[in-house]
Amino acid sequence: MAIEISTPLTDEVVARLKAGDNVRISGVLYTARDAAHKRLVALLAEGKELPMDIRGQIIYYVGPAPARPGKPIGSAGPTTSYRMDSYAPLLMEDGLKGMIGKGSRSQAVRDAMVRFKAVYFAAIGGAGALLAKCVKASEIVAYEDLGPEAIRKLTVEGFPAVVVNDMYGNDLYEEGVRRYRIG
Amino acid sequence: MGCNGLREIHVSDVTAAMKKLCVSANCNVPRETIGALERAVETEESPVGREVLKQILENHRIAREEGVPACQDTGVAMVFLEVGQDVHFVGGDLYAAINEGVRQGYTEGYLRKSLVNDPLFKRVNTGDNTPAMIYVDIVPGTNVKITVAPKGGGAENMSGVAMLTPAAGVEGVKKFVVERVQKAGSNPCPPVVVGVGIGGTFDRVALLAKKALLRPVGSHNPDPVYAKLEEELLTEINNLGIGPQGFGGRTTALAVNIEYAPCHIASMPVAVNLNCHVGPHETVVL
Repeated sequence: MAIEISTPLTDEVVARLKAGDNVRISGVLYTARDAAHKRLVALLAEGKELPMDIRGQIIYYVGPAPARPGKPIGSAGPTTSYRMDSYAPLLMEDGLKGMIGKGSRSQAVRDAMVRFKAVYFAAIGGAGALLAKCVKASEIVAYEDLGPEAIRKLTVEGFPAVVVNDMYGNDLYEEGVRRYRIG
Repeated sequence: MGCNGLREIHVSDVTAAMKKLCVSANCNVPRETIGALERAVETEESPVGREVLKQILENHRIAREEGVPACQDTGVAMVFLEVGQDVHFVGGDLYAAINEGVRQGYTEGYLRKSLVNDPLFKRVNTGDNTPAMIYVDIVPGTNVKITVAPKGGGAENMSGVAMLTPAAGVEGVKKFVVERVQKAGSNPCPPVVVGVGIGGTFDRVALLAKKALLRPVGSHNPDPVYAKLEEELLTEINNLGIGPQGFGGRTTALAVNIEYAPCHIASMPVAVNLNCHVGPHETVVL
């Protein structure tokens, strides 16, 4: 059974989530990947305001395909998360509560999740056509010049994801491999 | 047919074929891959893994039926040409015609533009997914075979080349390949297809690994010794326990495809190039 959650995430909601939990997310997701993260963290380093308030929010690591006419978005599955590892702790320090991507995170990111009470979800990589169906609206909020890497505000309903890292230091990838490894 | 037995092909025909292939390859996951995913649903021991495989199959069905890309990362356009030596291209620059097909396919087909102009300093999106990565082989005859294999960044980033010594032998090759897949873990969107190149030179071995990915899932190297090695590697990789999407399970790879070539007496290059479970490629003959 999937746990229904909605954004923004509170500490109470984050505390309830455990590695391995299936969730369905409704509400707002902000998209950002490599180039957008570089700009966001540069703003934080200069003590400037971010183009969106990330407190309690979830960032979805995705660069969607263009929308066909009449659709809010094109295919929109997760990109590999480790490329955002050097930026993620600073964003959590600024109030970010969740990240959606695929693939494992560095120890520094996992430590930051424990420290700042945040959570990392995986969505199914390569299932962009399926995941796009959960996106009901999309608008660019910053960095339109980056094309697919622009920051978008997505409104999602029942977006399926799995908790990989919870705020207690657990890691679904490590547990999964331990269970099924032979030899 | 032109003079001297040459066949003339207008480059606009190449552009049209390229445009069609770029869109079609991204929306239609190869049927052999679909078959392997369906079999994996039956054999996967992990309940979570089975559920992931079912959702992947559902995704690929939606992509095919609705004509949308299976993955948002519609990749860099890898283009492999086999050009008959008795073909004469007319009407313009062949490479420009190929890139025009990419431009049209990615723009009109609502595919993502995923290339930057400069790898290090500028990193500005080129806006039309050009340039394509083009490889040409000259072969006998008057045909032109075009294969387009859009290559996403996530799986590509997990590639590796090792210049092993001949003394490393079969065990050395196995160790390198299995460790690459283990290190890649959940990053390349497992279940993956593992392309392995063995032999050649530093540059050639990487191309062999990439070309190995063009073979259908379930096919084997025609040399039985290498076919056996493919099977052994597949078993070892699936014993890693990574499973669908890395959540744990038996299905880490759908196939291991090896291509090999002669090499220097001092060398034994090995390359690994991974495809995700989408692993698109499509071919047409002009």
